[in-house]
Amino acid sequence: MNLPKVVIRGGRVVDRSGERTADVAIDGGRIVAVDTNLAPGSGDLVLDAAGCLVMPGFVDVHAHLRQPGKEEAETIETGARAAALGGYTCIVAMPNTTPAIDSAGVVREVLELGRDTCCDVRTSAAITVGRAGQQLTPMAELAELGVRLFTDDGSGVQDVRLMRRAMEYARGLDVTLAQHCEDEALSAGGHMNEGVVSARLGIPGQPAEAEELMVMRDIALARLTGAKVHFQHLSTAGSIAMVRAAKGGGLNVTCEATPHHFTLTDERCSGFDPVFKVNPPLRTAGDVAAVRAGLADGSIDCIATDHAPHAPEEKERPFDQAPPGMLGLETALGLALTHLDVTPGQLVGLLSSRPAAIVGVSEQHGGPVAAGRPANLCVVDPAASWAVDADALASRSRNTPFAGMKLNGQVRHTLLWGEPVVRDGEAQR
Amino acid sequence: MADRERRSTPPFGGVFVSRSQVLDGDDVRRAIWRMAHEVIEANHGLDNVVVVGLQTGGIPFAAELAQALEKIDGGAPPLGSLDVAFHRDDIGLRPVLPSAVTEIPFDLSGQIVVLVDDVLFTGRTIRAALDAVHSYGRPRSVQLAVMVDRGHRELPIRPDYVGKNLPTRRDEVVNATVDGVDLGEMLK
Amino acid sequence: MKHLLGIADLDASELDHLLGLTDHFVEVSRRRMPKVPALQGRTVCWLFYEDSTRTKLSFEQAAKRLSADTLNFTVSSSSVRKGESLRDTVETIEAMGVDAIVVRHGSAGVPTQVSRWVSASVVNAGDGWHEHPTQALLDCYTIREQLGSLDGTRIAIVGDIAHSRVARSDVWAFTKLGAEVTLVAPTTLLPPSLDGWPVRVDQSLDRVLPHVDVVYLLRMQQERMTEALLPTLREYTARWGLTRRRVDQLAEKAIVMHPGPMNRGVEIAADVADLPRAVVIDQVRNGVAVRMAVLYELLGAGSIVVTDPKEIRVPEVNT
Repeated sequence: MNLPKVVIRGGRVVDRSGERTADVAIDGGRIVAVDTNLAPGSGDLVLDAAGCLVMPGFVDVHAHLRQPGKEEAETIETGARAAALGGYTCIVAMPNTTPAIDSAGVVREVLELGRDTCCDVRTSAAITVGRAGQQLTPMAELAELGVRLFTDDGSGVQDVRLMRRAMEYARGLDVTLAQHCEDEALSAGGHMNEGVVSARLGIPGQPAEAEELMVMRDIALARLTGAKVHFQHLSTAGSIAMVRAAKGGGLNVTCEATPHHFTLTDERCSGFDPVFKVNPPLRTAGDVAAVRAGLADGSIDCIATDHAPHAPEEKERPFDQAPPGMLGLETALGLALTHLDVTPGQLVGLLSSRPAAIVGVSEQHGGPVAAGRPANLCVVDPAASWAVDADALASRSRNTPFAGMKLNGQVRHTLLWGEPVVRDGEAQR
Repeated sequence: MADRERRSTPPFGGVFVSRSQVLDGDDVRRAIWRMAHEVIEANHGLDNVVVVGLQTGGIPFAAELAQALEKIDGGAPPLGSLDVAFHRDDIGLRPVLPSAVTEIPFDLSGQIVVLVDDVLFTGRTIRAALDAVHSYGRPRSVQLAVMVDRGHRELPIRPDYVGKNLPTRRDEVVNATVDGVDLGEMLK
Repeated sequence: MKHLLGIADLDASELDHLLGLTDHFVEVSRRRMPKVPALQGRTVCWLFYEDSTRTKLSFEQAAKRLSADTLNFTVSSSSVRKGESLRDTVETIEAMGVDAIVVRHGSAGVPTQVSRWVSASVVNAGDGWHEHPTQALLDCYTIREQLGSLDGTRIAIVGDIAHSRVARSDVWAFTKLGAEVTLVAPTTLLPPSLDGWPVRVDQSLDRVLPHVDVVYLLRMQQERMTEALLPTLREYTARWGLTRRRVDQLAEKAIVMHPGPMNRGVEIAADVADLPRAVVIDQVRNGVAVRMAVLYELLGAGSIVVTDPKEIRVPEVNT
């Protein structure tokens, strides 16, 4: 493709090394210059970044793109577009599709579908065949196809012995095992957080311990096996405390938290709207505070959206019958800027550089914004105030729990390999 | 005045302000005395006669009428009270709530029911009362005694015993109690 | 009042209002012809996803005594595919022209969800473990009828509180009207948290009985045994069943209540159920009047339903 030269003018460049006022010039898919007063040539595309932050494009290590199998909720193409509008230049698809992403054929299919979309779509693969928790997938073969993250997400691996074997095998392959921590014996039949609110509403709940027991278990197994373990969507103060302590003890574990877990509590379920039903469930105010603190002090490595689209009729079922999950790609940035007490530099870490490192895409994504680097960037207006409108989202689905919420911070432009896939807030394809 | 009149007249729930007194307490008592005689005359005595006051304005008049009948005739007619809210024709068009619970602790079948109300206006309340009365049995006949007939009937209803005929404008308000009848208006 | 979704949404004055309205309908029910034309021309639809003869019959009787028309959408378990679109069902019903939908469902929150999709009034006839507001209202009415008032009345609710919508609605209703409520249950059958519940808890029924005016028994269901919540029914009856011996501990004027249907021999001994102080039949009878009050309140008393006032010439005054 013949890419025009692009100049991003008038913004404040932010990456791991700091913040500075600078223009960014891009040619041939790479950054060629980062300096003040870069004059664009005729024919160059000028992207206005006045008042904006110019950051490395975000990386989401946890997105459900639903293809193959549930295309009415989302496709890889529509998910990629939603991601780009949210400032993401790279997303990792989760394997709980139909069929599951547990074989070379499905991995290839997903990667193929992701090519030529407006985001760099990578994929994880399941730890066990069919995510059934019985038999390991051919991890070595899948790693060769580029899979760096293995998870049975949607569920956790229940069998301790199997999890130990998976960790030992993964250590040899230098890939990361990611765990959806949920002990099904404890969580069974629970549709929200077990606590004051669930007791009042009469909805069976799952206790924090359903997550914490598996976090505890896998920390012990990680210590035993030396594997690289990444804890997905941590939601309780107890889980975060354990990971903090494990890291403090030198263990190589990482973890993520979602925007809904740093903004919403289980009180939201009081209206019985399944839009607020998610796994792990919305927890208490104390847990939300712990997630924010964890993001601020680095115990939680990154923000991951756990973008989980569901067709409207699915979310219009009775609360206990509706599938869990919320949209996240288009609101993550706004929620982070509005509700987290972090610097732009920390934000780059949480949304871009740390997740890039976890899934091994630091060569292409996550910064720094410097000459020679691939031009995967986003331009963010931190002061832009907007209200979340479920019908205006690019995702095929509408299940955002943030409908009507006012947020500060919006993506103005997103560049993927130098191509502006989002310009002035509009997707270009 | 009837609570229902007060509640349904704009400004809804306002305060009645009298402009002129039409009857004083003594006039009211004389009128009731006369009506009691008329009731006994028309029915050739008080056999099978029962008195039912309509909530809420008709209740005190029904009590006075029953007392008067007893003084004249010697026997006290059975006395009951009726709330017609559930039989009204404007339920759903405006808020309609009953006042006090109906008390008709006797069978009305074969009886001469004398309904008593304070003010007769459009006639819709009486229509509702006729409907309600039949829930308690099939009366031999139903007669109507009112303290004031102010005209403006919307249904073919006519009173049998009237304390005072009082022509009024539609927007005027009549307040009738056992202490007097006044003509005035509602103010918030 | 547009909907009746739960007692949690009502304050004491609204509860008093509904109970006051019930007095009128108790009187109507005593008439020779216990029927008023109040809701003539209105249509009420039963949307019962859960089997329930007594609640449904009670509502049906209430609607008929108000002269309302009724539509029946009772969904049997074979005709419902799990997850069949609730919204589609409800919008279809509304399209047929109904003024109120009475919903009973095994999942908490369904009446609330339905109320967001239709313009008709919605009545919760029981949703999962969440609420059963008309049951609580008839319970309050019965206590008032028997004991005069709920203010200061001491009530023990005994049994499977955690899984009981009746218990939840009763706790809110009784306490809002000033009663002192004590929950008596094995710990496994209490909700995971009682934070914010204005109640006392006691494990010992024997300790509580001499000091209450009302013993309210909940049904003990067989399923609780399979979920390892209770070892055996026998153990339950031994410690929490209202046996003849226990009934004799009660104060002279104390009454025994039950939402029905009773498991004679489990939570209540067979001979106890027939004692005069067991007022279960009064509860059922009051249930019709209470439901009349609720339907009337939603469709007659407080709501103005004419959408285009110009179409109807309403007289200023109605005397």
